[in-house]
Amino acid sequence: MIGRPSVPRSGWHAAVVVSSTAETRTAARLELEIEGWPGNAAGQHLDVRLTAPDGYTATRSYSIASSGPATGDATRVVLAVDRVPGGEVSPYLVDVARAGDRLEVHGPLGAFFVWQPAADAAEAAGVADAAGSADAAADPDAAEAATAADAAGAPAARPVQLIAGGSGVVPLAAMAQAHGDAGDATPFRMLYSVRSPADLFFAAELQRLVAAPAPFRLDLVYTRATPEGWPVGPGRLTRDALEAAVFAASETPRVFVCGSTGFVERVASWLIELGHDARDIRTERFGGT
Amino acid sequence: MSFVTRGFGGGSRDRDDRLPPGQTLVQDFPVLSAGPTPEVDTGEWEFRIITEAGTHRWSWDEFNALPSEDIATDIHCVTHWSKLGTSWRGVSLDTLFENVESQFDYVMARSYGGYTTNVPLDELLDGQAWVATEFDGEPLDPEHGGPARLLVPHLYFWKSAKWVRSLVMMPRDDPGFWEQNGYHLHGDPWQEERYW
Repeated sequence: MIGRPSVPRSGWHAAVVVSSTAETRTAARLELEIEGWPGNAAGQHLDVRLTAPDGYTATRSYSIASSGPATGDATRVVLAVDRVPGGEVSPYLVDVARAGDRLEVHGPLGAFFVWQPAADAAEAAGVADAAGSADAAADPDAAEAATAADAAGAPAARPVQLIAGGSGVVPLAAMAQAHGDAGDATPFRMLYSVRSPADLFFAAELQRLVAAPAPFRLDLVYTRATPEGWPVGPGRLTRDALEAAVFAASETPRVFVCGSTGFVERVASWLIELGHDARDIRTERFGGT
Repeated sequence: MSFVTRGFGGGSRDRDDRLPPGQTLVQDFPVLSAGPTPEVDTGEWEFRIITEAGTHRWSWDEFNALPSEDIATDIHCVTHWSKLGTSWRGVSLDTLFENVESQFDYVMARSYGGYTTNVPLDELLDGQAWVATEFDGEPLDPEHGGPARLLVPHLYFWKSAKWVRSLVMMPRDDPGFWEQNGYHLHGDPWQEERYW
């Protein structure tokens, strides 16, 4: 009765760190080899669990920067982790973890904040099916929810707008990469707000995607420091700059927003003011430790 | 299957017996929402309980005339944070269900903005759940579910539907929004019922 997304079932897995490299001033890119990993869709996340010698454990969720089916290199997963000052797990992952270290992961997780290439999307159309409660005819809320599912269930033709704040770019970069790898024809744009050039995640990969055949436009907003010769000075993202960069509401884009709660609240409210349908806007926020 | 991770000593040893497994204490109040925060005008707000026999409705003024109570409770989010000793004010679901009759054992909470979550009725009664309108002595912020949210603190916090509008009785435990998108049908933090 209920449409389940075409994303694999989650479970606990043993993982080995294959490599750890600096991604930004404060973040590391970790490549993991995960035993029995079933693959994941772009935008999904996983839980990392660390265990200390005395049995103490700490678990945190991280977005996955890669995607792929469970074939070939699909047991390889890429994370990009920003160090949270005073945090417990992120400083370990950024500063301590190195090739050969073992940790546990649970996933893949989340079936809503995901994007799949058109070829896979028909299969995934059940992702946002409305709940089938017995009262559907009697309850006006149910009709509203069903409309939302319809709006989300026509994935391929409508453009996709990604809006990232800081390390919130990670799941969105996975979507852009999946789009580029598939040579998908869906028009894609990313608006990425970042402190400075040294804080850019996936700088080289995103530039390659701009040049690749799949339609992808990248708009960067620097909030503290710009590259030399940048046409505008540093400053926070404004409503006007957002309006100039994103697909217009009349093009009915599907919009994915990821960043801090403040960033997501601000951006989502601007999108509503600009006429975007709330049901077309999917959000994910990070915060805490 | 657990094994020690080289180089990890653990940052804190402030394990508190009130923390369920896999949870970490936070002092701030993180937000988990799948979409934009809906703007809900209390002039148009209404709260409804919908059964096979009909609909019970309360306007904002009617709702605020109901007896309310202070609630001190711990809350646990599936994304691994917990907050201890939070203070809320709201109306008990025992009060709201006082004159409601239904043959059905399950409830779908429906929210402004389209969010849904399922809870068995017997986990909402007997002092286990409220519709809350205040947090820490202030009207509930929109990003935390204001003007009114469901509060079911013994389950993971996605069950405490923000911007709640209706409780709809249903014959089966059909999955709500997150329950279709990867989260557990029930969601007991002490059993770590996080995911499918």
